[in-house]
Amino acid sequence: MSKTIDARGLSCPHPVLMTLNGIKSGEADEMIILVDNEASKENVSRAAASKGWAVTEISKKEDLYHIAIKRR
Amino acid sequence: MKGIRNIFAGPWGIVGAGTVIGILAPLLQQWGNPGNMGVCVACFERDIAGALGLHRTEIVQYIRPEIIGFVLGSLIAAYMFNEFKPRLGSAPIVRFFLGIFAMIGALVFLGCPWRAALRLAGGDGNAILGLGGLIFGVWIGTIFLKGGYNLGRTQRTHAAAGWMLPLFMIGLLLLLLVFPQISGEGKDGVLFYSVKGPGSMHAPLAISLAVGLLIGFIAQRSRFCTMGAIRDFVLFRQMHLLSGFIALIVTAFVVNFIIGQFKPGFTGQPIAHTMHLWNFLGMALSGLAFCLAGGCPGRQLFLAGEGDGDAAVFVIGMIVGAGIAHNFGLASSGTGVGPYGIPAVIIGFAVCLFIGFTMRSKIA
Repeated sequence: MSKTIDARGLSCPHPVLMTLNGIKSGEADEMIILVDNEASKENVSRAAASKGWAVTEISKKEDLYHIAIKRR
Repeated sequence: MKGIRNIFAGPWGIVGAGTVIGILAPLLQQWGNPGNMGVCVACFERDIAGALGLHRTEIVQYIRPEIIGFVLGSLIAAYMFNEFKPRLGSAPIVRFFLGIFAMIGALVFLGCPWRAALRLAGGDGNAILGLGGLIFGVWIGTIFLKGGYNLGRTQRTHAAAGWMLPLFMIGLLLLLLVFPQISGEGKDGVLFYSVKGPGSMHAPLAISLAVGLLIGFIAQRSRFCTMGAIRDFVLFRQMHLLSGFIALIVTAFVVNFIIGQFKPGFTGQPIAHTMHLWNFLGMALSGLAFCLAGGCPGRQLFLAGEGDGDAAVFVIGMIVGAGIAHNFGLASSGTGVGPYGIPAVIIGFAVCLFIGFTMRSKIA
């Protein structure tokens, strides 16, 4: 099951907190996190990796990043 | 420039940023800046407030070019790497008041987190209390963050809106060039200058500005943040930003040692007092305010440089807070806290706790 976390317009630590809460909830094995700034993209990717999740894809459309992560 | 971006975002990027600041800050002291104050965002914004006459404490009046450089260096980096994102609207009035109380707390301690680190690296034992307070304040902030505290989402805005603080900084630079310091004079045109005291001690303009631009550039790239360093460790046990902050302290210590600026002790330290409780609580108030606002005072300048209007409001709040702190006897001096410093810290905590407890709605 996949889950989408909308962290647009938020700066850190909120996107990371939302991502980690999503990971902790155990609801999904795949998640898409939406962020709109480079620093949040880096932080979310780093946090997901630290929890043993794989960053499978990062796509950028205009100012919006889609970060796809997956439980290993 | 994608390759360079990755380097700066990695572990060596943040350690490199801390190291560069740790080398340049003690050197700025050699070149003329006040003791253990190679770079202090709070003190330098306070000096800017004084130069503009927002307070009239004669010993702390100077348009510090480092601050101008921080914002413009970040602006340049943001444009070079396509990261200039004009945005605002995340509870600006709250950020304004957080800026005011962050400054009041910093002026009770006598320094921002950057200076707390530099004071420690210079041997000032009182900085241990300040850094302890900073950790305590940020820790309180993380409890609010875990409880859902947030100031809401930002909105995209006009590019010109993102330019407001950078333009203000360019304006300050122009004032500095149009009304340069006249030796022995306390005023030139609209600008106040210090004839004695910390405000009279400064590196040459070109050096200060160049160092500011360089630090602004690398800090924007690496997201260097002293508050975030502690926050991320407390919240996530993540060492990333902390490694940069530690690199700053260690490097500044080594450089101070080499150039003979390391003088260990509690008493007789430059621009410092020994009231331990208020060193601790002043910085704790600042730490809490920085955490609630999402960045240390340096980071707020770098964010403002990349178009964040909310960070810009926080910066203006700090400058106004410096005016308040010095006009009404809240700021400390070498002899101890000001006559109204203690009640101001208590009020600051009340305001920050009010903000932390009440602004925790779910993000839709």
